[in-house]
Amino acid sequence: MALLESKTVALVGNDAVAEAMRQVNPDVVAAYPITPQTDIVQTFSAMAADGLVKTELVNVESEHSAMSACIGAAASGARVMTATCSQGLALMWELLYIASGLRLPIVMPNVNRALSAPINIHCDHGDSMGARDSGWIQLFSENAQEAYDNIIQAVRISEHPDVYLPVMVLLDGFIISHAVDRMDLMEDEKVRNFIGERSEPYTMLDSKNPTCVGPFDGLYGYFFEFKRQQEEAMKNSFQVIQDVGKEFEKISGRSYGLFQTLGMEDAEFVVIAQGSGAGTIRHQVECMRSSGIPVGMIKLRSFRPFPAKQLVELLSGVKAVAVFDRSDTFAGGMGGPVFIELRSSFYEQEKKPLITNYIYGLGGRDLSIALVKQAMQEIHEMASSGRVKQMVNYLGLKE
Amino acid sequence: MSTKLKDLAKKREILESGHRMCAGCGAPVAVRQILMGAPDDVELVIANPTGCLEVSTTIYPFNSWNASYIHCGFENVASTLSGTEAAYRSLKRQGKIEEDYRFVAFGGDGGTYDIGLQALSGVLERGHRMVYVCYNNEAYMNTGIQRSSATLKGAWTTTSPHGKESFGKTENRKDLTGIVAAHNIPYAAQASISHWRDVVRKAQKAFEADGPSFINILAPCHRGWRYPMEQTIELARLAVQTCVWPLYEVENGVWNLTTKVKKKKPLEEYLKLQGRFAHLFTEQNQEALQSIQEYVDRDWERILRLCGETEE
Ligand SMILES: Cc1ncc(C[n+]2csc(CCOP(=O)(O)OP(=O)(O)O)c2C)c(N)n1
Ligand code: SF4
Ligand SMILES: [Mg+2]
Repeated sequence: MALLESKTVALVGNDAVAEAMRQVNPDVVAAYPITPQTDIVQTFSAMAADGLVKTELVNVESEHSAMSACIGAAASGARVMTATCSQGLALMWELLYIASGLRLPIVMPNVNRALSAPINIHCDHGDSMGARDSGWIQLFSENAQEAYDNIIQAVRISEHPDVYLPVMVLLDGFIISHAVDRMDLMEDEKVRNFIGERSEPYTMLDSKNPTCVGPFDGLYGYFFEFKRQQEEAMKNSFQVIQDVGKEFEKISGRSYGLFQTLGMEDAEFVVIAQGSGAGTIRHQVECMRSSGIPVGMIKLRSFRPFPAKQLVELLSGVKAVAVFDRSDTFAGGMGGPVFIELRSSFYEQEKKPLITNYIYGLGGRDLSIALVKQAMQEIHEMASSGRVKQMVNYLGLKE
Repeated sequence: MSTKLKDLAKKREILESGHRMCAGCGAPVAVRQILMGAPDDVELVIANPTGCLEVSTTIYPFNSWNASYIHCGFENVASTLSGTEAAYRSLKRQGKIEEDYRFVAFGGDGGTYDIGLQALSGVLERGHRMVYVCYNNEAYMNTGIQRSSATLKGAWTTTSPHGKESFGKTENRKDLTGIVAAHNIPYAAQASISHWRDVVRKAQKAFEADGPSFINILAPCHRGWRYPMEQTIELARLAVQTCVWPLYEVENGVWNLTTKVKKKKPLEEYLKLQGRFAHLFTEQNQEALQSIQEYVDRDWERILRLCGETEE
């Protein structure tokens, strides 16, 4: 395929991320190691040591300082990246809000890992879900290819003048970060042309136009207006994510939107999932469809912004929907975050499907085909009977 | 570089008048004295952590800083500015910036001694070229006078109140300048706004240092220390004369006493002027008062030893 000029390789997710970072070639990277993200920092450090990037690498003493340094650098007109997960992301918490509030385009892969306690280094989405209200765009990846592609697109999305928001690219710890995947890499030149140069209306390093970043919003200030505009930027990002996705398809042959669907044209019941679990679920959906069962699937890519309108349009005609959540909200029976948001999206709708929730895979608990099969049978029954047996289900518990 | 008044008077003001610090506050005096030491031919980026100086100089949509400025959080001014400095090095190397920049952080004692210590230590160890200034008013003033680890023993603060069972803050302060010097950075110093020429000279050295530099400058706060606002400079001077705030510098590892004190004044002369120590002058707190004088004497001797001086 001469048009696409890609190179097919076998890489673990973390190396795919590091490769994307090399191609993005940020001006500044400030990062701190944490399992299972560590290899990203290590591989990128080796790239910097070999002079493969122009990046100023800041080996900070904590994730708190990593995000602080990213903020200081991004406010200076630099293209900036970091990477983290779990406890590291939690340590960044207050800075996540500052980064988005200052409207700084920072791109950060987060290798999803459970939050302590009990301490656990394996995958779930509890870490990034904790940051769901922090004003960051959050894009899920199903595999190494998507993690790589998402990072390249994230640069464009975050730096878009209608958006100017930081972007988190999510990939599942170990399942994606440490598993070898077959994937295509693009040429450096192509990536460089796609992302272009960063240009900012304001930077602290413009001597003709000194800039004050992060002033104090006094009692009679404009905090409310800033925040409302931040929400506006998040709304704008729906279009930008889709536009950038289309443009990316032209150079890569891989298409990206807010979500991806399978079998929605005739589905009577539908499963929604994000991250690597979508691969396992797709296998089962395809098996069932080949034996004539009308099941469909939606793989959510964009959790922030949450494409409520589009999902409602797509799902209001189906009989039943099951949302797979790899985290819990501890709200006392409300279910996982994606479930809660999807369910509330349907509030005004007269026509709505039955909706149920499967919480699975916390702390890296495996999502086996057998478990998916079991859930699918239950959803199928729910669609046929027209009755939700159990609103929130825990899939694969040992107790 | 000159420290003559007639030359300094010609320098551009970076912190403009019209800010909202209290009249008589020591902090803006410290800022202006330090920035008198900045070279004329460089651009500046100023950074503040959360605190009095920050909330009073950048009330949106106004801004008193005649330079680029950033405030990010309370505990991370050092790491935030290290990102800016890294961005500068990166963009300069790529030929995207022509000017020479210098980076100056002004952090309160709370933002430096306490919550910001880790970020500061990281910056010092990594060697970012920046001038870090702790404007030290010995408490968290912005949030209403709470103790910090810079607060002198015996002081009343709202979280170390004196009472039937307490003479105020029970612990001695932390030796932050010593901790900073232990990072083996090119330049670290203690200064006081009463000794302005000394401040400017130290600031000049700090700006010249090819790496991180640090100045811990005493900047009294009359609201927290409880004295009439016109006595700010006098108190800063008494702190030096009673040796509770020794002026010295550590230049490439060499300690040097920059203000010799011929005849140390009794600590009481300094404490008596301040409402925060008023409770010490009672029968009940005699012992505590004595122990503070002993601490100051011990500490002064330690500094003299480090600076290769002996008490006269
Ligand atoms: C993480 C965090 N904790 C606490 C605060 C509240 N806070 C704001 S300023 C401040 C004290 C500032 O004291 P200092 O650094 O000494 O500066 P000063 O106000 O005395 O000039 C505190 C406790 C905060 N803003 N952020
Ligand atoms: S409270 Fe103290 S430190 Fe704060 S502005 Fe007033 S005098 Fe200065
Ligand atoms: Mg203070």
